[in-house]
Amino acid sequence: MLVRIARSSDEKESAVTPPEIYRQRRTFMQQCAIGAVGLAGGLSLSRPSPAALELGTPKSSRYSTDEEPTSMHAATHYNNFYELGTDKEDPHLHADALKTEPWSVAVDGHCEKPGTYAVEDLIDMSLLEERIYRLRCVEAWSMVIPWLGVPLGAALKPLQPTAQAKYVAFQTIMDPDNLPGQRRRVLDWPYVEGLRMDEAMHPLALLTVGMYGEALPNQNGAPVRIIVPWKYGFKSIKSIVRISFVEQQPPTAWNRETPHEYGFYSNVNPDVNHPRWSQRRERRIGEFRKRKTLMFNGYAEEVAHLYAGMDLRQYF
Amino acid sequence: MAAVGWIKPALFLLCLTPAVQLLHGAWTDALGINPLEALTHATGEWALRFLLLTLSVTPLIRFLRLPALLPFRRMLGLYAFFYASLHLGTYLWFDKFFDWFEIWLDVQDRLFITAGATAFLLLVPLALTSTRRAMRALGRAWNRLHRLVYAATAAGILHYFWLVKADYLEPIVYASLFAVLMLLRLRRPNLVRAPAAASDASGSGAKAP
Repeated sequence: MLVRIARSSDEKESAVTPPEIYRQRRTFMQQCAIGAVGLAGGLSLSRPSPAALELGTPKSSRYSTDEEPTSMHAATHYNNFYELGTDKEDPHLHADALKTEPWSVAVDGHCEKPGTYAVEDLIDMSLLEERIYRLRCVEAWSMVIPWLGVPLGAALKPLQPTAQAKYVAFQTIMDPDNLPGQRRRVLDWPYVEGLRMDEAMHPLALLTVGMYGEALPNQNGAPVRIIVPWKYGFKSIKSIVRISFVEQQPPTAWNRETPHEYGFYSNVNPDVNHPRWSQRRERRIGEFRKRKTLMFNGYAEEVAHLYAGMDLRQYF
Repeated sequence: MAAVGWIKPALFLLCLTPAVQLLHGAWTDALGINPLEALTHATGEWALRFLLLTLSVTPLIRFLRLPALLPFRRMLGLYAFFYASLHLGTYLWFDKFFDWFEIWLDVQDRLFITAGATAFLLLVPLALTSTRRAMRALGRAWNRLHRLVYAATAAGILHYFWLVKADYLEPIVYASLFAVLMLLRLRRPNLVRAPAAASDASGSGAKAP
């Protein structure tokens, strides 16, 4: 049941950023020193040198950003995956608790091809792309991560959703015997998420099986997750075991927990205030100064039309 | 009694170790992936811990009948203020980069910031009046003023509660310890009045056995 993903060596050389570049770890103190000098001198020196990228990082997708990817170490050792614990280090420390074999994804609801699918049956590996996306966490930190996946729409269409399917709902694995985080009711397990059908079919939405040229590590949502780069990170649900085509807007985990803080849409929006974090700025992991948060996380040109006419303060 | 002579500087250094460790961690890049956040969280937690330690001195004096512990209360309290100041500093610098407009919005818009700012402001007069001279000058008012530490601790714990997204385990631990320390104070009149009065009667200058 192993997800077979072409290794970076199998890809065309031009298609994949060499992992050694992602792994380059900028040191905190360098940043700190630069930041301090910047403060003292009134300069803004928050951006790291892009020199590392000049070694050659052709994009395999026109949707990839040319911003410098976050180090692989950072992206795999600092994230939220509450099933493995609530500290940022917990997902990596408890990664072994997630059992990914065997793995299957149940597909149900309004579609012509319901059933139980192996990951490789759900994903046409010949469509695999590398997408370097910005990731903006609702907690006001961000990363740039090269994902491997296929357009979500390309995976959903063969399941033949019917006209009644207005939304698609996703569910994460429920396994309290193994997953330490699910032994306490921190959230109403299992974790659930959802997208409007047109959002799910948008070419930026990615059904993801890898990152940094390799299969997804457990702590980042192995074996299969979605990435919705214009929404806060928690919308990009991990370790998916169920996909349901539904008519009504489905419940979503964080919205169920704290509805006035986390809306169904949760599009990245610097102008919609959040009771915990100012969303106007974010800390790109590895940088000292904060940078401005962009509308739809910088993907406004691609996705703003999905929300035309909607009051984004009401539908936050 | 000679023991107290070296205990105080030893305790002083012990209380300083978290700050030294954090500084060393920052210097050697050992604070994890998001070191600025780690610094903010660690200094905040140490401020709360020192507040609770400060609040446990009086019950210890009472139940163990060890008035010799009294001088440590001021040191622990000042350390609470020290870590709270570091905590505030990390927020003002690393989080807001001294953007006072953003900070003002934060204090207004975000309850947990409001609570944290309140806690810090309540501690300021306590730190300022921690000298022997201020104690003498204020007399009884000093005791009344320093009851603000209860409000400051409560606000600090509330600050933690409102910061947390979903996992309230740690704030609950702090709140429970605080509740116990407050209950110990409530029980004083009923249970311990007689012995306390007796020890008072033996003279405030008397050393504990």
